[in-house]
Amino acid sequence: MLVTRLKRLLTASGGAALLLGAPGALAEYGLNLPRGVTPISQEAYDMHMLIFWVCVGIAVLVFGVMFYSIVSHRKSKGAVAAQFHESTTVEILWTIVPFLILVGMAVPATKALVSMEDTSNSDLSIKVTGYQWKWGYEYIDDDISFISSLATPHDQIYNENPKGEHYLLEVDNPLVVPVNKKVRLLVTASDVIHSWWVPQLGMKKDAIPGFINSMWIRVEKEGVYRGQCAELCGKDHGFMPIVVVAKNEADYAQWVAEQKSAASADAAAAEREWSMDELMARGEKVYATSCAACHQANGEGIPGAFPALKGSAIATGPVDKHIDVILNGRSGTAMAAFGAQLSDIDIAAVATYERNAWGNDTGDLVQPSAVKAAR
Amino acid sequence: MSTETTHDDHHGPARGLSRWVFTTNHKDIGTLYLLFSLLMFIVGGAMAMVIRAELFQPGLQFVEPQFFNSMTTMHALIMIFGAVMPGFVGLANWLVPMMIGAPDMALPRMNNWSFWILPFAFTMLLSTLFMDGGAPAGGWTMYPPLVMQTGNAFPFLIFSVHLMGISSIMGAINIVVTIVNMRAPGMTLMKMPLFVWTWLITAYLLIAVMPVLAGSVTMLLTDRYFGTSFFDAAGGGDPVMFQHIFWFFGHPEVYIMILPAFGIVSQIIPTFARKRLFGYSSMVYATSSIAFLSFIVWAHHMFTVGMPLTGELFFMYATMMIAVPTGVKVFNWVSTMWKGSMTFETPMLFAVGFVVMFTIGGFSGLMLAITPVDFQYHDTYFVVAHFHYVLVTGAVFSLMAAAYYWMPKWTGNMYDEKLGKLHFWLSTIFVNVLFFPQHFLGLAGMPRRIPDYSTQFTEFNQISSIGGFAFGLTQLLFVYIVYKTIKGGEKATDRVWEGAEGLEWTLSSPPPYHSFTTAPEVK
Repeated sequence: MLVTRLKRLLTASGGAALLLGAPGALAEYGLNLPRGVTPISQEAYDMHMLIFWVCVGIAVLVFGVMFYSIVSHRKSKGAVAAQFHESTTVEILWTIVPFLILVGMAVPATKALVSMEDTSNSDLSIKVTGYQWKWGYEYIDDDISFISSLATPHDQIYNENPKGEHYLLEVDNPLVVPVNKKVRLLVTASDVIHSWWVPQLGMKKDAIPGFINSMWIRVEKEGVYRGQCAELCGKDHGFMPIVVVAKNEADYAQWVAEQKSAASADAAAAEREWSMDELMARGEKVYATSCAACHQANGEGIPGAFPALKGSAIATGPVDKHIDVILNGRSGTAMAAFGAQLSDIDIAAVATYERNAWGNDTGDLVQPSAVKAAR
Repeated sequence: MSTETTHDDHHGPARGLSRWVFTTNHKDIGTLYLLFSLLMFIVGGAMAMVIRAELFQPGLQFVEPQFFNSMTTMHALIMIFGAVMPGFVGLANWLVPMMIGAPDMALPRMNNWSFWILPFAFTMLLSTLFMDGGAPAGGWTMYPPLVMQTGNAFPFLIFSVHLMGISSIMGAINIVVTIVNMRAPGMTLMKMPLFVWTWLITAYLLIAVMPVLAGSVTMLLTDRYFGTSFFDAAGGGDPVMFQHIFWFFGHPEVYIMILPAFGIVSQIIPTFARKRLFGYSSMVYATSSIAFLSFIVWAHHMFTVGMPLTGELFFMYATMMIAVPTGVKVFNWVSTMWKGSMTFETPMLFAVGFVVMFTIGGFSGLMLAITPVDFQYHDTYFVVAHFHYVLVTGAVFSLMAAAYYWMPKWTGNMYDEKLGKLHFWLSTIFVNVLFFPQHFLGLAGMPRRIPDYSTQFTEFNQISSIGGFAFGLTQLLFVYIVYKTIKGGEKATDRVWEGAEGLEWTLSSPPPYHSFTTAPEVK
């Protein structure tokens, strides 16, 4: 284990020394921007390489002259200082030449930017909402919506178990898009600013509360693409990944049908009475993905930052108040409103769980119908 | 001003602690600033060590994510406002009067104040580490709504930023007034050393933008405590407006931290090339152009917030333009070295290191200016690599160069050349081991400000952390060199360096308590 680690480390440092010399062999370590799978990402990659080589060219020239001078124009080699110290011609020359090089860069950059910002004529619109610390996706034309949260288990993060292949870049419900369709993403946030970014798709947009930003992607290759929130959004900023699955048209249609039938099954389930065991089992899961980041798995919170639920006045007091806090949040605190993120069943389950876990044995059973009534 | 010079003996420094607390002397205050800057450099550096330790391996090892975020936030605030800015103000205090042939700064009592505010500001900021809810963790840019989730530390953060701003503004006013009014006869503007020129322009930038920062953080304060909704979308406000206001301060701030560095390097390279600075007047014009452009490029820090296309194009073009005057500067430095008669004592080594590595930071800056690709680079480690090349191998290296260059003048003692060179080479090697791999991390997709990362980023993070620890340790050598030089050493001559030009070298080493009691004649 240690030996392979060291070997990889050595290869990686060798790779750093070679700079971008052998991209194929060093792909594992990710030295460069990915070329990506959308027209946007490929355009960005080409611009990136163009400017990179222009910079390398200028660097070789300027540093070349400088190092030649450092080697030869030394006092120790008997060099005597020349007297020249100004030349208007040279100054004008090296103002104009860089300017022209910049114009040469600005032309393709402008072209690329114009096409990137053109979100018209899209085939499909998906609303993306950033929450602390997960993403919500809503397919506007298909009435599908779900929350996508980190799927990496706690014990991997705390080094109690070996880390999986997609450590920190895996989610429970990925965003699914059809290939070769122009998908418009409408990006917003409910609490603080986040930023939606998948490097292979080539674009990044901030998710800002009160704003709806738009961007577009056209994925040209089926596959799974992974990214992360790119704007500091609080404690678990590093733990809200994005996974996009691009499917062909037939698979995508099938996925849509599945989502719709699952949604109607859920709606039916919300109507019936749930047992304590059912609610506790589901509540534990919901608590782990939506609540434990702040209130902690043991319900004790973090003193001074996030209040404990174990033995708290809310979790052991009147049921109505408890449901209200979960649904509508608490203004002026980090407690978000979960009404838009969680279904009636999930809220009922998590409220039941909080009222009966960690020795909060109130024995209260919160039914989905009670949550529906409180909305 | 009194021209009585015969009572010099009675005007020496007071004894003991009161010399430093009540001092109005530009050299004493300069020394205080520089020592304070060094202290903050070590405190901020210790925080960077925490960051690099946590990032040495994937998974959470040493600190919790919230504390990690506090470390990145505090590291930035302390390094920017505590280390780099006071470092340059300290140099200005020591050098501006000596370079223009003045006895002291124009407003000596205000000078005392502008320094003594700082220890209070930073004590207050550092005290937040022990408060309920922890130190500020929303990034040094203090973006709302996230910053509103700061615990009890919030008002202390705002108030300490206010204090730093007041200190900077007073310092800047003092520098402007000194340069405009107290130049020796014959010292016309276009004869001023470039360090004085760059500081004059920097001081105007400070006066222009510090109030903007104060305004924006005050708006945060009223949003939190007095029911306003400047930045709260739910109350009809606009969170993006904060970013516009903040970066209207923030971009000139970047140049506040680099223009004096340009000045320092423009003093040092001619000395050790034994040849006059190439293109003096074009250097002055380039500095002014950079200062002007700094006011119209701010939104390149926020290309991803969803600006209109025309806005993005404007800020892209304006940002690319900065490459022109910056290029002129680099070309002028290289031309100064060309056909010189160079020696490479420690200050020259740091200055040459500055030119090379600052230029690397400039190249990545140019890449970042290209909006369509910035969408990929933005908020990744590529940006972290970029601004650390500009600020560490740029601003901090210039401060090191300045310390070695003028320390013999200040203390009267030569520093240990062998140790100085060792310090340079260790710093240069490890700073590159530290920051160069971060370019790769960013390009490969690692966002900044994360306490834990996907396993594919492990190797480069480990290399970077090793470089970080080594670079951090190397700076303790610098502390030792400074201590040793103050304590004693080979006596420095008045001119110190064979090729040194300028009024400060006509004074004794160390210089008299009141620099020029009789104005020198400048021809």
